[in-house]
Amino acid sequence: MPKSSCYHCGAECDANIKIDEKLFCCEGCKMVFQLLDENGLCQYYDLSDMPGIAAKGHFVSEKYNYLDNQAIQDQLIQFKLEGQAHVVFYLPQIHCVSCVWLLENLHKINAGIIQSQTHFEKKEIKIVYNPDLITLKELVQLLSFVGYEPVIHLGGNDWLKKKKVNKKQLFKIGIAGFCFSNIMMLSFPEYLSNDALELGNLQPFFIYLNLLLSLPVLLYSASGFFISAYTGLRQRWLNIDAPIALAILVTFSRSVYEILTQTGAGYLDSMSGIVFFMLVGRWFQDKSYDSFAFDRDYTSFFPLGVTVLQSGQEFNKPLSELQKGEQVLIKCDEMIPADGILISQSAIVDYSFISGENAPIEIKQGAMLYAGGIQKGRAIHMEVVKPVGQSYITELWNSPLLKSEKNTEKSFVHPWSQYFTIILFAIAITSGLYWSLHDTHKILPAVTAVLIVACPCSLLLTVTFTYGNVLRWLGKQKLYCKNASVIEAIHKIDTIVFDKTGTLTQQEATQLEYEGSELNTTEMLAIKSVTKESLHSLSQMIAQFFLTKVEGVVEVNQIENILGKGTKAHCGAFEILIGSTSFLSSHGIKRKDDYVGSVVCLAINGDFKGVFKIMHTYRAGMSNLVASLKNKGYQIHLLSGDHPTEKNNLLKLLGTDIPMKFEQSPEDKLNYIQMLQSQGHRVMMVGDGLNDAGALQKSNVGIAVTDQSHLFTPASDAILEGGEMHQLSALIEYSKKAKQIIILIFILSICYNIIGMYFATRAQLSPMVAAILMPISSISIVALSALLSFLFSAKIRSKN
Amino acid sequence: MGVIVILIIVSVLVAGGFLLAFIWSVKTGQMEDDYTPSVRILFEDEVKVVAKK
Repeated sequence: MPKSSCYHCGAECDANIKIDEKLFCCEGCKMVFQLLDENGLCQYYDLSDMPGIAAKGHFVSEKYNYLDNQAIQDQLIQFKLEGQAHVVFYLPQIHCVSCVWLLENLHKINAGIIQSQTHFEKKEIKIVYNPDLITLKELVQLLSFVGYEPVIHLGGNDWLKKKKVNKKQLFKIGIAGFCFSNIMMLSFPEYLSNDALELGNLQPFFIYLNLLLSLPVLLYSASGFFISAYTGLRQRWLNIDAPIALAILVTFSRSVYEILTQTGAGYLDSMSGIVFFMLVGRWFQDKSYDSFAFDRDYTSFFPLGVTVLQSGQEFNKPLSELQKGEQVLIKCDEMIPADGILISQSAIVDYSFISGENAPIEIKQGAMLYAGGIQKGRAIHMEVVKPVGQSYITELWNSPLLKSEKNTEKSFVHPWSQYFTIILFAIAITSGLYWSLHDTHKILPAVTAVLIVACPCSLLLTVTFTYGNVLRWLGKQKLYCKNASVIEAIHKIDTIVFDKTGTLTQQEATQLEYEGSELNTTEMLAIKSVTKESLHSLSQMIAQFFLTKVEGVVEVNQIENILGKGTKAHCGAFEILIGSTSFLSSHGIKRKDDYVGSVVCLAINGDFKGVFKIMHTYRAGMSNLVASLKNKGYQIHLLSGDHPTEKNNLLKLLGTDIPMKFEQSPEDKLNYIQMLQSQGHRVMMVGDGLNDAGALQKSNVGIAVTDQSHLFTPASDAILEGGEMHQLSALIEYSKKAKQIIILIFILSICYNIIGMYFATRAQLSPMVAAILMPISSISIVALSALLSFLFSAKIRSKN
Repeated sequence: MGVIVILIIVSVLVAGGFLLAFIWSVKTGQMEDDYTPSVRILFEDEVKVVAKK
């Protein structure tokens, strides 16, 4: 039967489920289509090809029962009025025009929704609804049903933590731009002062209007520079804003003096122009990636509500109110919300995000379960021992090592600005002394002109625009940095520490490889049938392995699953033993192979047959990456929370000269970074899970690797998409180029400064010369910065 | 030549009007999202925002 695509989500499907010649891959997709069709919303399918999000039975209505709880509602609802409630949700599934269209037309499906507005880049939706017509739970159910399940965390909601657009910055830019352009226009008669445009008694009008227009620039737009310079001075050091503030003040004062004494027209155009360009530069550098969150702590990881059992009844409760001693119900694929004791018979828990252990573990009744693990088997009951804020994993955030502030070292630009100021004063004083000997009238004009032209502003412009460009190019290659200071921090790194599970390996792709004596069809069938009966994920993987090799199943006569060890079963004529090495040896069967690594052993009728090797798929290009980093002189370390079973593979992959430590707890990793730092190293940590959270925060640069960026990423300085991991070396190299670019551009701007100085020291600086130099210098800096950032990025772009 | 004074005043006022429009647009949050409005243009029907209570 030819394979075709689902009309809704584009997945492969056969011709079983259809309406009017439109095929669907599952009932879920078909139901969404019907809903949209009934409400006249089929334009959804016209705007983009197969825009639907695959339902695949993910919609479970009881999942949102906790939203009936008033305390939780208060946490989520932004604003409430008579008949109106405002709520904001994060919908990571928004990816196309159709999504926006459908989400903004939700009111056609349910009249209780008054208005909904999406923000595409932030992947947010703001909904105004009538709580009397539709409850919050029904609203979330509707969103999930059409494929846009909101991500709701314990911390309330991501919108609480998002950075608001800095309105003040925009006001300052707007006013500076307005004044700058008008002042320049009004200064034209001054530049072109020949008889044709002689203003005569109109001149004061132009000049005083200029003065009036320059006041908002000085007092409002430039205020940021003055405040920053003053704050720096109070702490006894010169930041880059100090010489800038000085230059602005000197320019303004001299202009006012010249205007009031009618000796000239002043340099107000240059002053307002430079303020405008610098403000734009700062705004450009502040590029933020709104759909990522760099500050997540554990509250973004845990769910908001839990199912509590009380006297046999299930009801929902906010996680923050969970008490010690309460019993919790955890279903398959749900997260364990707090440290507790297992009451059910057994549980299969995936701790890979918490501890880095690759394979899920079986837990016996009465043993401890730790918060953050994901239950993989059937639903279990658990008794809470510690509230979530005191669980083993969250205690990490209270570590005293994490209290000190990160990256408090000043930017590398700052020592430069100090030299700059010193040189500036030296030149000013020299020219002042020179003129004091030759023509004392020219001292003040010369000295002030020097301070006007020397433009420490060009250093700031260079830095801000270059960092802005570099940030954007890195983002295009899927390395999203929190802010510009991360780029500077990368320059100083000399050591890189890698995590293993999820960072060097891919989270979701573990493969099996069979090595041993050949199995015939009946044997394979028997093994498949037996493994299908077990819930253990390794057994499931083996069943999956044989899925395509043999058809169907046979009856299993007798089966015995021994927790943590293996399975013994009788099937047809075979007695099958599948399990760990120790399990087989306890039945008197010895392994005949010599493979060292994670395995599941197989024996049939008392004979050892072979092993299933558990292959952890490493991401492509990892050994090249590490070799390249070693070549560049970085020290590499590996810290893993997993058992040392992979050690040999890692030695082959990464080389034998790398310190490797296994079974590291989150605290061990944190302490290791601390130890490296106390030896004087600057450390970059590359990790992915909650168990790396402490190390990521402590290190000088923490990069969180992720394959699914809308899910949890621990607090970090940068987020790297897993698919681009192999580019890490090239990306680090590009970040370091930022410094080279800044130096190159600055040398160029010094040439402008020298020309300007020539005029300034001779006290021949006319407003026109200043007004020409300033925009030329600024615009050339911006253009050159864009050009060089583009050229230097060739290496990271070509690797695709 | 004196008329140039009036012309300049008028042009500055007009420019000031645009500045006020810019300030107003930032205040009402129009600058927070610079991508989604470009997507909304592609919709065919007139989306009537039902703001009636």
